[in-house]
Amino acid sequence: MRRELHALILALLGGTLLKLALTGDYARYVKPGIRPYLLTASIVVLLVAGVTLWLAVTRRTVPALPREDDDGHGHGHGHRRFDVAWLLVLPMLVLLLIAPPALGSYSASRSGTALGAAQTSDLPPLPDGDPVHLSVLDYASRAVFDHGRSLQGRHLTLSGFVLSGDGGTWYLTRMVITCCAADAQPIKVGLTGTVPAGLKANDWIKVTGSYVARQDKDPVNGEAIPYLTVNSSAPIRAPALQYES
Amino acid sequence: MTMTRPAPGRPGAHAQPRSGAPRPRLGAVELFIGLLLVAVLLRGWLVGATTSARAETWLTIFVSIVIQATPFVVLGTVVSAAIAALVPPAFFARALPRRPVLAVPVAGVAGAILPGCECGSVPIAGALIRRGVTPAAALAFLLSAPAINPVVLVATAIAFPGRPQMVLARLLASLVASVAMGWLWLRLGRAEWLRTPDRPELAGLSRGAAFVAACRTDLVQAGGYLVIGGLTAATLNVLVPPKWLHLVAGQPVLAVIALAALAVVLSICSEADAFVAASLTQFSLTARLAFLVVGPMVDAKLFAMQAGAFGRRFATRFAPATFVVAVLAAVAVGTVLL
Repeated sequence: MRRELHALILALLGGTLLKLALTGDYARYVKPGIRPYLLTASIVVLLVAGVTLWLAVTRRTVPALPREDDDGHGHGHGHRRFDVAWLLVLPMLVLLLIAPPALGSYSASRSGTALGAAQTSDLPPLPDGDPVHLSVLDYASRAVFDHGRSLQGRHLTLSGFVLSGDGGTWYLTRMVITCCAADAQPIKVGLTGTVPAGLKANDWIKVTGSYVARQDKDPVNGEAIPYLTVNSSAPIRAPALQYES
Repeated sequence: MTMTRPAPGRPGAHAQPRSGAPRPRLGAVELFIGLLLVAVLLRGWLVGATTSARAETWLTIFVSIVIQATPFVVLGTVVSAAIAALVPPAFFARALPRRPVLAVPVAGVAGAILPGCECGSVPIAGALIRRGVTPAAALAFLLSAPAINPVVLVATAIAFPGRPQMVLARLLASLVASVAMGWLWLRLGRAEWLRTPDRPELAGLSRGAAFVAACRTDLVQAGGYLVIGGLTAATLNVLVPPKWLHLVAGQPVLAVIALAALAVVLSICSEADAFVAASLTQFSLTARLAFLVVGPMVDAKLFAMQAGAFGRRFATRFAPATFVVAVLAAVAVGTVLL
């Protein structure tokens, strides 16, 4: 019985991870680079589940080894130990039934902007294009560490979700992850100029604008938050890859 | 569990040794299917109950830790199953020095060959102990492997551009801490604290069947405890406001302790922690080194997995000791190198 249960739980685990990797929903939780590992791992788990079931079915008539149910601990007292394998059902049900969204403004408002990790003065020239699309991280690094030199006189577009700061400011924000959402940290860019009215926290927008030499200090950690003068903006749907890395 | 095993007409039957007569009972498979059905039926309620931003963040971080760690758990499981089923015990007796005092540093350095993070090294260390490797050496391997393997060191170099001494400091401090813990175990550790269940079900199986059975047992075991760890880490993550941290950044001693404690709370994969450390710019390099040394050795997720693999009595002694040793090693190496 225990073998069959484990096989079913592993099938649920492998099947859920395979589904996430195939549909792309995994990108809400981990960085895109993990996908091949996720695919490999889910196939290995499904194989283990399949072979276990197959062995359990084909060798059922062979007299079972003594007390496989006990798995080497806690025998003889009538009550069986709780099998921790059951716990694996929990995250899989959360993923299949609730499918929690990618981290957004709630996490971003609790953490300070993480620009410090990107500290470098060695920035390549801005790519061609009018306007040129930049990641929030790229814009913030150029604005803070290069004092906006490479941004002067250019039309820029940035996209991200919005987060309300002190005194009615809106920050255009992206979460940056290295491995998974547990290490996610926000990068914030303040919006000035024609900031759209009626914004709600977590709304995704695309803004077109230009560099402005203005900075705030993040109230959480005192890091610099650069600003962007907005000329125009439009609401957008959250992209498939919501995190920058 | 008496509800699942009704034994009509036999009061107190569960206290009796099992007799040969089969009793009707609700099997685990039926329970599993029933659980899925109930969960699907309750889906609307579940979704409605978790719409707050905090609940969503908690769930997202929880499942992210599980998803991110699973490939490494699978890797660790396959390696440990191979050790259990395919590698003869005599191999380790020959590969490691006979004297435990020497086997500890050798095993610590050998940690460099396992490319992965801490979730994978727990089942492997368990398999090594079952294969007759002296526990002190297996524990040194357990601690050093996630911290000093090439993938982690390269990630550290990328996260701290222009500061190669950070990579060296991490390597040295982690190695010192894991070897010190191995030796400490030799001196103070007691065999009865360590519970590594035998695998009676593997005996008598063919090599292939034993391999699959070992994979299955390790996967559900490590996976189940990973879930406990993920829940703990996600809960701490949404409960502890990051603002607190920055209040102590300026004080040298408190800063080290705060970042070491943060590493325990966050339970970040050792392949990613360098980037988080790099962003904690208000803290001294030594404090950030403590974050990098403690994280792969003691964290909320790892504690649950160690308790699962080696028993709670072991984990409640080993993890706090490792925390202290890791902080001391980080401070010592940080003072000299950084």
